[in-house]
Amino acid sequence: MMARRFLTATALLAGSAGAALANPKPWQLNMTPGVTEMSRQVYDLHMLILWICVVIGVLVFGAMAYAMFKFRKSKGAVAARWSHNTTAEIVWTVIPVLILVAMAWPATKTLIEMADTDDAELTVKVTGYQWLWRYEYVGTDVNFVSKLDRDSDRTRMLRSGLDPAAVTVDGENTYLLNVDRPLVLPTGTKIRFVITANDVIHSWWVPALGWKQDAIPGFINEAWTRIDTPGTYRGQCAELCGKDHGFMPIVVEAVPPAQFAAWLGETDAIAKAARAAEAAPAVAAAPTADAGASAADAQ
Amino acid sequence: MATDHTAHHDAHHHTPSFAQRWLFGTNHKDIGTLYLVFSLVMFLIGGAMALVIRAELFQPGLQLVNPEFFNQMTTVHALVMIFGAVMPAFVGLGNWMIPLMVGAPDMALPRMNNWSFWILPFAFLMLLSTLFMEGGGPAGGWTLYPPLSLQGGNSIAFVIFAIHLMGISSIMGAINIIATILNMRAPGMDLLKMPIFVWSWLITAFLLIAVMPVLAGAVTMLLTDKFFATSFFNAAGGGDPVLFQHIFWFFGHPEVYIMILPAFGIISEIIPTFARKPLFGYQAMVYAIASIAFLSFIVWAHHMFTVGMPLGGELFFMYATMLIAVPTGVKVFNWVSTMWKGSMTFETPMLFALGFVVMFTIGGFSGLMLAIVPADFQYHDTYFVVAHFHYVLVTGAIFAIMAGTYYWLPKWTGFMYNETLGKWHFWLSTIFVNLLFFPQHFLGLAGMPRRIPDYNIAFSDFNMISSVGAFGFGLSQLLFAYIVWSCARGGARATDRVWEGAKGLEWTVPSPAPHHTFTTPPRIDDRELAHGDVSH
Ligand SMILES: [Cu+2]
Ligand SMILES: [Cu+2]
Repeated sequence: MMARRFLTATALLAGSAGAALANPKPWQLNMTPGVTEMSRQVYDLHMLILWICVVIGVLVFGAMAYAMFKFRKSKGAVAARWSHNTTAEIVWTVIPVLILVAMAWPATKTLIEMADTDDAELTVKVTGYQWLWRYEYVGTDVNFVSKLDRDSDRTRMLRSGLDPAAVTVDGENTYLLNVDRPLVLPTGTKIRFVITANDVIHSWWVPALGWKQDAIPGFINEAWTRIDTPGTYRGQCAELCGKDHGFMPIVVEAVPPAQFAAWLGETDAIAKAARAAEAAPAVAAAPTADAGASAADAQ
Repeated sequence: MATDHTAHHDAHHHTPSFAQRWLFGTNHKDIGTLYLVFSLVMFLIGGAMALVIRAELFQPGLQLVNPEFFNQMTTVHALVMIFGAVMPAFVGLGNWMIPLMVGAPDMALPRMNNWSFWILPFAFLMLLSTLFMEGGGPAGGWTLYPPLSLQGGNSIAFVIFAIHLMGISSIMGAINIIATILNMRAPGMDLLKMPIFVWSWLITAFLLIAVMPVLAGAVTMLLTDKFFATSFFNAAGGGDPVLFQHIFWFFGHPEVYIMILPAFGIISEIIPTFARKPLFGYQAMVYAIASIAFLSFIVWAHHMFTVGMPLGGELFFMYATMLIAVPTGVKVFNWVSTMWKGSMTFETPMLFALGFVVMFTIGGFSGLMLAIVPADFQYHDTYFVVAHFHYVLVTGAIFAIMAGTYYWLPKWTGFMYNETLGKWHFWLSTIFVNLLFFPQHFLGLAGMPRRIPDYNIAFSDFNMISSVGAFGFGLSQLLFAYIVWSCARGGARATDRVWEGAKGLEWTVPSPAPHHTFTTPPRIDDRELAHGDVSH
């Protein structure tokens, strides 16, 4: 019965799938602009510095190339004797300082915004384990683990003989980027994450959200997001955490707030029911490890 | 031993036996050669590990090794390349060239010199032996972050002891170099007349003395956490896993400059020689190296932007890191200005030096990008970072080491290396190294984390290109080994000056440099110094 109700809760999500995919693409060259105001700011910063570097690079390498063609001994070039030019040296010390200030200014602004986790409407606790993630919706009984999907897990075994290209969802390759239960989040809502780990250091990273944050045992780190577009956003653990470090993906399922509220209500009810069942004194059997509510008591 | 000694003494000069010369010898040139040969062996071993990594990453799915072994390969590859290949190569070049460049008969502390080298083979035997121990070698990354680094087997104790030995060796080498430079310069070789290579090593040696003990402290705390129930880094026991990262990177960032400052020195010797024009802005170069060294102590946490530092800390480390771009820029501009209005030729050392300037600068650009904290939240721990530090370490440090090797090889062996093969080596290395590392920028930006043995289909094209580049680059280095080997055995006779535009004391001694040089101090002629006009 529990399983069937879990399925209905998941079915609520089906409508939103595929709205804005932010998976990596073959031959992708650049960072994703992502789906939040902050991720777009990060992308803009990235492009700003990139272009500044490209311009400086063209000037410096251009000068070098010119020198290499013009001032060759084989073309009869005679070496000058000078080795000093105060004006030029001052210029190429001062101008880089100004360029750096021009980069630091927007970077500081964005960083200050990213650090401000106040006024969040929803708090999700993320805990890294070797090698899966636990998500707890603070203030509810919803608390579940999310780990690599079976299809990827079978395929990734050493010499499994299975084709990674065959691991797909809706025609899109999800090899190593899919989980059994995604983290469901509402769009247009400021969500605060409190992030920690249970064993070793992990790092929670979904590129479409624009940041990663280390999950460290004994520490609670904070981060926030406000997702603009519904969709499925994939990421991975980014800090080496042992043999299966490459196999603990993250999937965020962003849905409109009303849909999210319905999903949370239903999932919470399932969790509460499960807890009540476990708490019932007559039940002697060991509690079944239901993905929906297993660790509710353990907290 | 005594009879052996007399038996050989009848030669025109003291001719030591093989063991006397290579095991017990204290001659700076022989020890320099030992360091360089050791470094080449480690470079090939570390390279073989890199090829295991790239072979596994050739296509998605796990085909060759399991993830445990993959992690051991990434960890040991880094340790071998950093402590076994790059650092000993610079110490070897320093040993060979510093006494020749400052007009000293030998290093200041020759016995210690022998010892600091002979520690290394034992340290690396111990490190490499862990791969064959129960539980395997270290697999938590060369950064050894706890708690992960303490999860493996007891082999970590051997790794830590090996790191202690490498640290002792480095510190002794650094003391020796400082003592030599400060005390053994020929009369008239003022500090501000020294070749830039000597300057860069003087400053590097101070960095080594400052930070190797810090690393030793950090790994010792790991050792006691693992085996003696302390909790320096164990949160459950009141410790702090992030503290390790702060201590480690307080060592680790200056370590980055330990691996690049001597490279700056080498390049600053080579470009003036082949541009036939004095180094532009000699004093600015010295001050730039000194300010980079100073800044290297106050930027360490840029490796840790995602650990959850307070906003003020993130801003401080971002600004301090960005500042490094200024003295680094000065160096690049000065190199280009040295070429400007020169009379250039493009022998192999110059090709590698020019390759260095271009590709190190690319690594510098990505370094600047990584300094921007909000962007680093995306770049951190991805292949973008892998691309960045391989540009500064492979096309930076290692290209400079190769440039220096080609540059001074005729002085060491008395023969010219094969110029055609040298050029082939340069072009093959340059093409393949870019095929190897440039696509890794794209992989990182597209979202591929580093240190993973397997990946999504979307990352497969660039990984395949990168792996092809890796094998091409690796095989090209066998050509390098062959060129060096055959140059040691014979070839066209090298002149004393070797290069038309070469300046500096090292070119005033015969080729090959005799076993003992400058037993009486040379007379310094300012016009003969490498950097020309010493008044600026
Ligand atoms: Cu992890
Ligand atoms: Cu650093």
